[in-house]
Amino acid sequence: MRSVLFWSAVVLILVYMTLPAVVVVATSVNPTELMAFPPTGFSLRWYEKALTYPDFQEAFKSSLVVMALSSTLATLLGSSFAFLIFHYKFRGRGLLEAALWSPLIIPHFTTGFGFLLLGSHLSLTQGYAVIVMAHLLLVTPFVTRAVFVSLSNVDTNYARAAANLGATPSEVLFKITIPLVLPGMIGGWLIAAILSLTEFTASLYVTASRTQTLPVAMYNYIREYADPTISAISALLILSTTIIMIVANHFLGLRRILGIDNG
Amino acid sequence: MTQQRPFFIPFLVPAVLVAVIFAAAMFNVFQYSFLEFVPGSVEVGGFTLDNFARINRPIYYWVLLDTFLLSFATAFFALVLSYPIAFAVVRAERNWVRSVLVVLAITPLFTGEIVRTYSWMLVLGTDGVINTTLKALGLIEGSIPIMYTRPGVVIALVQFAMPVMIILLATAISQVKRDCEKAAANLGATPNTVFWRVTIPLTMPGILSSFVVVFAWTMSAFSTPQLIGGGKVLMISNVVYLQGFSSFNLPFAAVLSLIALGAALGSLGLMKLATARFERKLATV
Repeated sequence: MRSVLFWSAVVLILVYMTLPAVVVVATSVNPTELMAFPPTGFSLRWYEKALTYPDFQEAFKSSLVVMALSSTLATLLGSSFAFLIFHYKFRGRGLLEAALWSPLIIPHFTTGFGFLLLGSHLSLTQGYAVIVMAHLLLVTPFVTRAVFVSLSNVDTNYARAAANLGATPSEVLFKITIPLVLPGMIGGWLIAAILSLTEFTASLYVTASRTQTLPVAMYNYIREYADPTISAISALLILSTTIIMIVANHFLGLRRILGIDNG
Repeated sequence: MTQQRPFFIPFLVPAVLVAVIFAAAMFNVFQYSFLEFVPGSVEVGGFTLDNFARINRPIYYWVLLDTFLLSFATAFFALVLSYPIAFAVVRAERNWVRSVLVVLAITPLFTGEIVRTYSWMLVLGTDGVINTTLKALGLIEGSIPIMYTRPGVVIALVQFAMPVMIILLATAISQVKRDCEKAAANLGATPNTVFWRVTIPLTMPGILSSFVVVFAWTMSAFSTPQLIGGGKVLMISNVVYLQGFSSFNLPFAAVLSLIALGAALGSLGLMKLATARFERKLATV
């Protein structure tokens, strides 16, 4: 592919895809309250405001709690579920798979709404339990997929050899299988953590003002104010996810995880 | 624990437990859609079918039609713009080019909908980048309205949908056997002919399925129509939110949620049928 026309189109499309992120980062260092692009100066005052704004501090703590719990639980659940559907056939497997894959298809606002109703029935609307549960369901499919792909790529002869040499099932699992699929588990955990941290629509339904997560707090701020404080937080999120993606691409191989390597 | 099925029970129990909790949450939505709305209260009354009858009003037909058309336009433009990127991600000759492309193309997926929607507000707004640039170039006098319009919402939704579309298309393109393309080229086809007559048809199942996946996902978009549409462009998700949190009409919000769910499942069902047909056709190639 050497066609100049083709590559110009690719570059133009990538400009369209990345322009908003560039604009956010540029406006976040602009000293004035009004948005200006390109920036008319350099200042970190919006970063200072973002980091010291009590709502954002509280929301960031909530987000970290929810992210840590839901992504870790999702890694345990998704990995064990991937192992289960990779190795065993059992009655009701199709139904179980449908239930645990369906959060990918069901609109997030339907999921959020369902957990809002469930939470109010169980009087759990003020705590983290319902939020963690909703996030757990939304992010688990990504872990399941990553670990399932890893399991499919692992040579099962290792496990069989270990078993033949007298290893117990636990030894096979913890000393052979898990170390072999660890990259998939780490990749899945990473994706789950990022998705939980940035999840908005379902969170809007299930969080209370005391437990609101960062995206919900940002949404409430955008509706009331128009200064670049949100640009500063957004810039921090964009830069950190970009760095995580570059690192993940280097160590785990994004194209391999996504199954788009040129064979 | 039997020797043949180690870990079967300990791995099964948590999965079943979580599935049951999810089913309970979804059942609540289903149940609420049949309960009577008591105005001014979040409490609900007894069994009724009135919530479904309420759908029968022009405004809701318009919202459903709008949601459908915006999602269709989004899927179409996302497809046109994603295919070249997916092609480049798979076929670029240099490894670093492929790595840069994949990071640039996929990262927007992980910055979250609020960050992305807010970014587009800065680009599309009355004093946004597009308007100030066009004014500086002397191309326009006053600001052109892009925020709070359907094209504005679609511009943001397309960028939103592209990472997913690129992943799905790149998967399809990476499975194309290069031999088919080489054979066509050897027989005298120009690169253009090879692309349109060999590559595109061979990736047709991927094109169709990515189109439908993006269509279904866009139908449940919330924050983009909410903030960029600003109440002037309403999709079904925005009406669910209005009904639930402004009117506290939870039963009617439940009905609309079920409709959105049905539309998503329905379009995926159609996709299964369509791709199955294409794959049968391709199997004979």
